[in-house]
Amino acid sequence: MTVTAYLILASVLFTIGATTVLVRRNAIVMFMGVELMLNAANLAFLAFSRMYGTLDGQLAAFFVMVVAAAEVVVGLAIIVSLFRTRRTVSVDDESLMRH
Amino acid sequence: MNSVAVVAAASLSMSTSEQFLFWIVGSIVVLAALALLFSKRAVVTACAVMVTMVGLAFLYVGLDAPFLGVVQVVVYTGAIMMLFVFVIMLVGVDISDSFVETIRGQRWIGALLGAGLLVVLVGAALRAAVPGFNGLDEVDEGNNPRAVAKILFRDYPFTLEITGCLLIIAAVGAVVMTHRDRLTKAVRQGDLAAMRIKHGVQVTPPPAPGVYARHNAADVPAVDPDGKAIEASVASVLRMRGQVSRLNGLTQDLLPAAVPEAGRTVGAPALPGPAADEPAADLAEPEVAAPAADAAPAPAETPAAEPAPPAAATSGAEPAKPAKPAKPAKAAKPGKAPKAAKPDEPATLEPAQPDPPGEEPKGGDAK
Repeated sequence: MTVTAYLILASVLFTIGATTVLVRRNAIVMFMGVELMLNAANLAFLAFSRMYGTLDGQLAAFFVMVVAAAEVVVGLAIIVSLFRTRRTVSVDDESLMRH
Repeated sequence: MNSVAVVAAASLSMSTSEQFLFWIVGSIVVLAALALLFSKRAVVTACAVMVTMVGLAFLYVGLDAPFLGVVQVVVYTGAIMMLFVFVIMLVGVDISDSFVETIRGQRWIGALLGAGLLVVLVGAALRAAVPGFNGLDEVDEGNNPRAVAKILFRDYPFTLEITGCLLIIAAVGAVVMTHRDRLTKAVRQGDLAAMRIKHGVQVTPPPAPGVYARHNAADVPAVDPDGKAIEASVASVLRMRGQVSRLNGLTQDLLPAAVPEAGRTVGAPALPGPAADEPAADLAEPEVAAPAADAAPAPAETPAAEPAPPAAATSGAEPAKPAKPAKPAKAAKPGKAPKAAKPDEPATLEPAQPDPPGEEPKGGDAK
């Protein structure tokens, strides 16, 4: 039971997120899958940071969180504007990148 | 990595309490994350992801990162997931994923790829020769946030500034993307009232849900003088979700099973007390239903129920169930604009909510 346990947990979470992006068609749910993948990466970062005994991994996870916040803001804005024009958030119906 | 070499036997593996935390919280996190794959409603998914994020915050604290644990709770559960829930509210709480495949076999291919990814990742994690935990105690010096801040502002100042720019750009970008210029004249309350009168839409507020003393829940439709449910009295969100209590099913438990429902006034048997069984007895022969309903006086409802039974009895010798959605539209909402033809339940949703006709026909659907 060492860092491997955390790595496996991070792998499982990352896989769930990636499969969500592949399988689900609701854009909001897909986006949550992306968030889960980022968090899995953060978990691995923190485990490695503790393994090496340095704080750089925590800094990396911190920056990942900042970027994730920015990404969520922009992504949800895109979803809202898509919903306004198309009346749907299903990615199947949004195959054109124009009005 | 000389520090790795120094690892010693100090904290090579997890302590018992940490294992306890890991297994409990880890299983909760994974179970909640599975809702992403299997839950149909977006709101449920968002709540499950919140559980995942909080659980991950616990794990972060267990990994000697209390600062990031707190940041995780504040940023993810406090800001990001709230934003998700807010967008779900904007987009409509009734959205749920359709599991109809447009690309054939897409779900199975996706699941297969996910399984492959899991095998690769777990295999790599198992094969990697990772030493044990070195611990962050000497780096933290007992104050993890201060140590993180030192490194952040000493070693990564440029990255910090760039992420600051990124956040500003993202905020401005979100505002720009969701902003919409007003192309038409703003519709104000006076315009709405004039439009309602012009189109013959109901001018007064819609009837409130609930039936007198017996049911006042928000999902129980009101009853018109004929005893028919007024679907428009229930909030449109409940109607869209299909959570309206059917008045028929509602009064079924009050009527004896043998009674045909044709032409019955719902109001009289729905009332509590002794009036409930009296009309049921003479309803065995539906021809005499009209005088019988008068004979059973409904105390709370007498002015409304008296004129109703003749009309209901003459028209309703046949089963009244299919006639129910059409009746309230005629009786309660004479000239309702035929908008709001929702895809799932066209029959029950026929009377439109009174506010859409004001706004939507004007410029709503024109993109």
